[in-house]
Amino acid sequence: MTLPTNLKHIETEAELKSLIGNSENVMVCCGRMGPMCVPVYGSMEELEASGDYDHVEFRDMAFDSPDAEYIRDLPECKNFRGIPFTVYFKDGKVARATSSIQMKEQITEILNGVF
Amino acid sequence: MQMKEYDVVIVGGGPAGLTAGIYLARAKQRVLILDQGMVGGQVILTHAVANYPGLPELSGYQLASTMRKQALDFGCDVLSNVGILEFDFKKRDKYVRTETEEYRGSAVIIAVGGEPRKLGLESEKRLQGKGISYCATCDGDFFTGEDIVVVGGGNSALEEAVSLTKYARKITLIHQFDHFQGYAHAIKAAEANPKINFMLESDVEKFIGSQSLEGVMVRQKGNNDPINIRATGAFIFIGYTPSTGMFKGCVALNERGEIIADEDMATSRPGVFAAGDARRKKYRQITTAVNDGTIAALGALEYLSQ
Repeated sequence: MTLPTNLKHIETEAELKSLIGNSENVMVCCGRMGPMCVPVYGSMEELEASGDYDHVEFRDMAFDSPDAEYIRDLPECKNFRGIPFTVYFKDGKVARATSSIQMKEQITEILNGVF
Repeated sequence: MQMKEYDVVIVGGGPAGLTAGIYLARAKQRVLILDQGMVGGQVILTHAVANYPGLPELSGYQLASTMRKQALDFGCDVLSNVGILEFDFKKRDKYVRTETEEYRGSAVIIAVGGEPRKLGLESEKRLQGKGISYCATCDGDFFTGEDIVVVGGGNSALEEAVSLTKYARKITLIHQFDHFQGYAHAIKAAEANPKINFMLESDVEKFIGSQSLEGVMVRQKGNNDPINIRATGAFIFIGYTPSTGMFKGCVALNERGEIIADEDMATSRPGVFAAGDARRKKYRQITTAVNDGTIAALGALEYLSQ
């Protein structure tokens, strides 16, 4: 189960764990193809293409995939009640997590702050 | 800073702006479409578009993507998430300056659309995504079996309240007036639904909760004491507001901030046209935005030929 975006996708929990275990900076947007999620994917695509964030791995993951349970059940997401769940991993740990739509400026601020 | 030249600069990349771009680029004009957010506009917020003539039901995202591709294929330059710092539309040559570039155009089309109106409460911003939502189809299932509120009294609020009854145990619909602004069939469907209660002539004063939404403080007209409603979710549908703040003083706006344009989409400023939801008009649909974009493009072409 993957999302029809231009981002690289995470399909399995194993893939997700491997990525965050082996990469210093990872941003994962876990959502659907809805109005609150699509703008986040769009911003991620632009940020990835800009070349300014080559030190960050950008990925999406289908919220309704059983393998996305890892993201859905993160303690940092326990109060979240709006998709997408966007999680920023630094050295394998959650550095920041946001719920619902985020504009490019907000994402950039987080990327610059945590990575 | 680099200066880039175009025949027409279009501010706004929703259906109106993209349509104008398609028409102008096909007429061999050099066209730039700038959007301060995602290209596609409000249409990408629509899950299913079923009444766009000539197309089978498709998502708003698909429709917007197709329009964007058409604009690109005809030769438009399309930029999204662009922060406009300043502009000058007073003279024949018109300028738009962003953080990195300056653009010159002989004509401008303003098609900035609108954005969901918010209540403007501090607690609303703080709890967005933690109980407060503007999209029932996105977030409704988080509230399965729970008590929620819907704020608003137009078609969106009424229809989304009914759709949320698939998930919620009970819905309280809070509306500031003593009557609804929706179509009769939407009102009837909401009133007939046993899961929906109504609080008319009421305003939300505050959303309660620290980590997530726990309740809503509501004040009813004529009642000094606010009422606290227990709710874990609040869906807000109180209409749209035109994104025209930056154009105040540049082109004539009405009291609602909508751009006043004539039937050829010409604004009060020569060479500046308006199209789409940001324009003063009665009906706001994808098809009417496309109509506006077409006329604005043709108006701009005529202006450029003078």
